[in-house]
Amino acid sequence: MTELKEIQRLEGHTDRVWSLDWNPATGHAGIPLVFASCSGDKTVRIWEQNLSTRLWACKAVLEETHTRTVRSCAWSPSGKLLATASFDATTAIWENIGGDFECVSTLEGHENEVKSVCWNASGTLLATCSRDKSVWIWEVLPGNEFECVSVLQGHAQDVKMVKWHPTEDILFSCSYDNTVKVWADEGDSDDWQCVQSLGEPNNGHTSTVWAISFNAGGDKMVTCSDDLTLKVWETENKGMQSGGGFAPWRHLCTLTGYHDRTIFSVHWSREGIFASGAADNSIRLFVDDNESQVDGPLYKLLLKKEKAHDMDINSVQWSPGEKPILASASDDGTIKVWELIP
Amino acid sequence: MTLGLINANPVVHAKKERVSRSVDPLAVDPLEIYDFVRDIRDPEHPYSLEQLSVLSEESITVDDKLGRILITFTPTVQHCSMATVIGLCLRVKLKHYFPPHYKVDIKVSPGSHAEEESVNKQLNDKERVAAALENPNLRQLVEECLYSNEL
Repeated sequence: MTELKEIQRLEGHTDRVWSLDWNPATGHAGIPLVFASCSGDKTVRIWEQNLSTRLWACKAVLEETHTRTVRSCAWSPSGKLLATASFDATTAIWENIGGDFECVSTLEGHENEVKSVCWNASGTLLATCSRDKSVWIWEVLPGNEFECVSVLQGHAQDVKMVKWHPTEDILFSCSYDNTVKVWADEGDSDDWQCVQSLGEPNNGHTSTVWAISFNAGGDKMVTCSDDLTLKVWETENKGMQSGGGFAPWRHLCTLTGYHDRTIFSVHWSREGIFASGAADNSIRLFVDDNESQVDGPLYKLLLKKEKAHDMDINSVQWSPGEKPILASASDDGTIKVWELIP
Repeated sequence: MTLGLINANPVVHAKKERVSRSVDPLAVDPLEIYDFVRDIRDPEHPYSLEQLSVLSEESITVDDKLGRILITFTPTVQHCSMATVIGLCLRVKLKHYFPPHYKVDIKVSPGSHAEEESVNKQLNDKERVAAALENPNLRQLVEECLYSNEL
């Protein structure tokens, strides 16, 4: 029977853990898996797995930089830089210099709390979003310099998360205004525009959308919401770079009745399983429903882990390594590492 | 911030007698919760939420089986801009009161506020609540409401 087995429970943060991100350059070729977590305690912790004992330990605490909650963290694709977004309205960029993490740059500009930060696939662009309703795009320049190339207005409320498409330079954002917006560079000269808005008329969410995740192929995405549902969306063209311009996204299906409290996080693994974490303290895993009789693929529950934590789960993330390892972060101040056993 | 008081002439009620009850010690007693929050001071007036009928015994409902608590409160006027502050006061006061797995929802009583849906959404977005409580001015106001005594 498929099982989500708890490998370890990590303590250390002294307030709720909001988010975590796996270092994509770890977990293969003898490099131990590493992930970063961020918290209401204003710090970021770096966790590493010991290759022989297979146990996790905290390798570094990044503190005395952010002056308020650190809400989100994201490693660059090369794994060399870590971006951290804070309620103090700044985004800090950290570099591992000889074993110590140093803050090498601070991005300012948002008027209030920064909620999310994300690097594009090539590591040349960074996106941030805030309660100030805007989404900012920054260009990564040599010498750890960052230049804001666009300030995107369009959301009517607090923007909760930004996520770049896995292969294209197309940016997605989701918000307290219940919509998911899609942004693309139209004229190829930093002329970023909103090319699509997915709201109620498009079978969209009816309350705050908290997270977005793409499948490995980039032709599907899943979103989760305060409306207690998960929605799967697809895009018409398989290869968006085929020269036909932007291909719109459309609603594929809605998963309802699985969580009875706000769903804060969803993450799609390379193997096609998406995990959701919610305020009902549970984690659920979903897969393609191959036996579905209706048009197109739908999704079914693979397993549920109730009481995964003692309190709300804020983030679930699949690791980049070979094994199906999942990490979860909670209001209870802990992080748990799980392994999916078939 | 508004210049004048939202409601300059609130209706003030007498405090209700406190009746002691014997209850199942393992269950969460709504009346005990009420006892704990009834004396929170209104942000604008030197009276408790109970005295202004913002809170009453019926404000609190508990589902022990699911571990859910619902608190509904009635702002003194339809356009009360202090509704979110009252909500924050309730959250802070009750923060460590329940076993950690309990979930608390706070809403304005149906029909009691012109922007009911919008206020309820804000009151229950925990990220917004967390950010608001990191604002020193708001934090101070909340603490004045919670810790002023001698009513």
